Amino acid sequence: MTSDATPTSTSTVHVDSVERAAATPDREQPYAALGLTDGEYAEIRALLGRRPTSGELAMYSVMWSEHCSYKSSKKYLRRFGDKVTPKMREHLMVGMGQNAGVVDIGRGWAVTFKVESHNHPSYIEPFQGAATGVGGIVRDIIAMGARPVAVMDQLRFGDLADPDTLRVVHGVVAGIAHYGNCLGLPNIGGETVFDKVYQGNPLVNALAVGVLRHEDLRLANATGAGNKVVLFGARTGGDGIGGASILASDTFSAGGPTKRPAVQVGDPFAEKVLIECCLELFHGDLVEAIQDLGAAGISCATSELAANGDGGMRVDLDAVLLRDPTLTAEEILMSESQERMMAIVTPEQLEGFLAVTAKWDVETSVLGEVTGTGRLEITWHGETIVDVDPSTVAVDGPVYDRPVARPSWIDALQADSASALPRPTEGGELREALLALLASPSLASPAWITDQYDRYVLGNTALSFPDDGGMIRVDEESGLGVAIATDANGRYSLLDPRAGAQLALSEAYRNVAVTGASPLAVTDCLNFGAPTNPEVMWQFAEAVDGLADACLALEVPVTGGNVSLYNQTGSTAIHPTPVVGVLGTIDDVAKRIPSGWQDDGLNLYLLGTTALELDGSAWAGVVHDHLGGRPPAVRLEAERDLAGLLAAGNDEGLIAAAHDLGEGGLAQTLAEAVLRFGLGARVWLGDIEERDGVDTATALFSESTARVLVAVPREEDVKFVGLCAGRRVPALRIGVTDVESGTLEVQDRFEIPIEELRAAHEGTLPARLGARVGG
Amino acid sequence: MTRIGVVTFPGSLDDGDARRAIRLSGAEPVRVWHGDHDLQGVDAVVLPGGFSYGDYLRCGAIAARSPIMTEVVAAAGRGLPVLGICNGFQMLTEAHLLPGGLVRNDHGAFVCRDQRLRVEQAGTAWTNAFAGGEEIVVPLKNGEGGFVADADTVERLEGEGRVVFRYLGVNPNGSVADIAGIANDRGNVVGLMPHPEHATEPGFGPDTADAMRSGVDGLRVFRSALAALLAA
Repeated sequence: MTSDATPTSTSTVHVDSVERAAATPDREQPYAALGLTDGEYAEIRALLGRRPTSGELAMYSVMWSEHCSYKSSKKYLRRFGDKVTPKMREHLMVGMGQNAGVVDIGRGWAVTFKVESHNHPSYIEPFQGAATGVGGIVRDIIAMGARPVAVMDQLRFGDLADPDTLRVVHGVVAGIAHYGNCLGLPNIGGETVFDKVYQGNPLVNALAVGVLRHEDLRLANATGAGNKVVLFGARTGGDGIGGASILASDTFSAGGPTKRPAVQVGDPFAEKVLIECCLELFHGDLVEAIQDLGAAGISCATSELAANGDGGMRVDLDAVLLRDPTLTAEEILMSESQERMMAIVTPEQLEGFLAVTAKWDVETSVLGEVTGTGRLEITWHGETIVDVDPSTVAVDGPVYDRPVARPSWIDALQADSASALPRPTEGGELREALLALLASPSLASPAWITDQYDRYVLGNTALSFPDDGGMIRVDEESGLGVAIATDANGRYSLLDPRAGAQLALSEAYRNVAVTGASPLAVTDCLNFGAPTNPEVMWQFAEAVDGLADACLALEVPVTGGNVSLYNQTGSTAIHPTPVVGVLGTIDDVAKRIPSGWQDDGLNLYLLGTTALELDGSAWAGVVHDHLGGRPPAVRLEAERDLAGLLAAGNDEGLIAAAHDLGEGGLAQTLAEAVLRFGLGARVWLGDIEERDGVDTATALFSESTARVLVAVPREEDVKFVGLCAGRRVPALRIGVTDVESGTLEVQDRFEIPIEELRAAHEGTLPARLGARVGG
Repeated sequence: MTRIGVVTFPGSLDDGDARRAIRLSGAEPVRVWHGDHDLQGVDAVVLPGGFSYGDYLRCGAIAARSPIMTEVVAAAGRGLPVLGICNGFQMLTEAHLLPGGLVRNDHGAFVCRDQRLRVEQAGTAWTNAFAGGEEIVVPLKNGEGGFVADADTVERLEGEGRVVFRYLGVNPNGSVADIAGIANDRGNVVGLMPHPEHATEPGFGPDTADAMRSGVDGLRVFRSALAALLAA
């Protein structure tokens, strides 16, 4: 190749071309500083038959990182694909491997949803880290051809009493609020947990949901030689470059930019415009495929589009619009500047495409085209700086079978059961324990947080916080909608990661069922410690295996998700935290079930049975600061029966309210249901104690699974009891709603005025974080 | 059928909700584009909520200088009913169709809540379907909703009966004199921070004592415009 490039700025910029790489095989390369091992570097050299250029090295280093390649987890994630039934495939339009899974929900509509982590950036720079976490997951949704319609966040912070927690909470919540509110997406629910194990490593997971007509579905594949490769959206800058700065300073002359913020900076306005622009492109049939630029930026988008396509791709980096003209080719390849998309456009579509981006004032440049060579070729300053098989970058990265070891400490931990802890028996002690749980940071009202999120925008929110799941109307004509709930319990997962993952699925599945929707599909975000620790790898393997088995048993497929490893500070890993999101459908959102009652004299039924299962419970943690034993039994068949009963009962209009039993047990559920509309109830526990052979404290605080509290109108009582009997769901009448009393009364035990419950529930977060408006 | 335009700016978010509310009130919603100079002969205009231009410079400042606003200002001068909701209210003050301004909430954070309001003035184009003094509940959601004006302006607004909505119970953003919404002297231009379009459809509004999310108090804001146009 003739080198006719005219280096733009100075002669100090030299191009490490393919030609030069072939000619200088022995040049030292900073692969270790970029995170590649000796073995990985040798493999790259073998794949190319020469040393990589610095551009190729940049691409491989980011694409073969744990974050992009899933090299430690891939072996296990395959189990989700292996354990499926035909029924699980029935509604699945797109499964794992694309930007997000897509599920058919009927009437020509489909839904795409996914949960992803943005943990480390959110600790370093909470506001921008959390904000760009929302932005990234929303772009994944757009890439499928869908309109984003809602977001949720799964947040795990350190001890609420620790001063640094305030820094993280204020930043993260403001960042999510800023980005999500400015995008015009309702925030319809999520999780908030405070636990000192997350002190040095908070978890900020973000879930987004999108809807589309079947015919609008797009896959991010670069096909059709001659089609244009177009970059549009924000300009490319120096933000989000981690390893590249090392490369730049090691390999290139001084004077260029060296220190770059590793956390990206988001602009939700740019993303909002990009959403509208992309949807107009899709609906005008002006684009073949769109891929978002997230982690690894142009490296990822070009290699994934080309690898998923049928040919190759040629791209000229000089055509990339830059915020900073001094960026090197390697930095351009690795930049994680936000609010950018890459499109594949036919030559015939191009004029219309550019008209739409111009209408929305979105900057656009044609970088190159799809080729038939099977190679990804990237040029800069007239020289070829990348010439690779895109599959080797994006798909066939290294796969590790890391050592796995059952932790030596786990037997002792499991032997330390909470059943040995003293349990209250007196009414006063029971009352005190209920209030302590209700006021504990993880069970207290998160209204201080959720008040900062817009839940109304788009006008389709049928349920949101504080109900068990979020629900969105998809089709205005029929009322067809979807419900989503997420769950994870790190405490259970520490005691038994297999059961912990299954319990997260059980709870999310149940939370969807109590809204009146039928569970259909799953997404997950698997947050764990360092995979180089065999004990962490064991936890991971157990959790994935357990989750795959439970998905099979409940016949809900995993459609996609994310793995986040290295969540640890120093040598202490976080609790294994497999966040599981379940999506369900409801044929008319008008039939949704609230989590509290608004009428007097409704009968309260407890569905399911209660056992002495206090290990890992909120009661053990809050009252005794204890964590040990084995988590509650996983009862998947009972969960299925329960979900079926709720759907059938709701169809017949028998259920006025339903609220899941989870952390904090029946006590927490009763308190929340009373507080939902501020209307009281009278409850008796004697029948539970007698039937299940448990004491009062166990009846109130046990976290046995497959249980739901339902409120049934008196006139439907006979039908409801008959339905439960017919479906083999244990049902016990334990109380009645009483709107005059103004209290939650547990007969013969204690009574708590609603205002006292409210003060306990709503006071905790504002006391630490600042006053709540109107609170 | 009465046609009510809803202007979409880059960064408008509640434009679809405003169009739905107009439809539910019995009028025909018309999409109007910020970059045009054409109001398409509509009978009234809504400037919807959102973060037009990312709230760059000041909320509503850039949108207030967009091509369509030239037409909106001129039409408002001829008596066309104009409603500015949230970001739309900010645009109306930036365009000097309404006095005062909106600043960051006194507590510093974005807030979303079901807000009690009193309809102080039922004589405007957008409130004639209410009774004066009536109490309603409408969602509020903003980060920069604190209404400010100098003492003379506030006194004039109060004296001329141009305070249209007032916060009840809680002042959610530090607005002077609990002012939630105001009108121009003719009563055809109204701006308010709360979102009446989010309380127009049973199932998707604020909770009421009777049923979850069933509040539709906002519907009468849009019905008022229809009544005003019929009377004109």
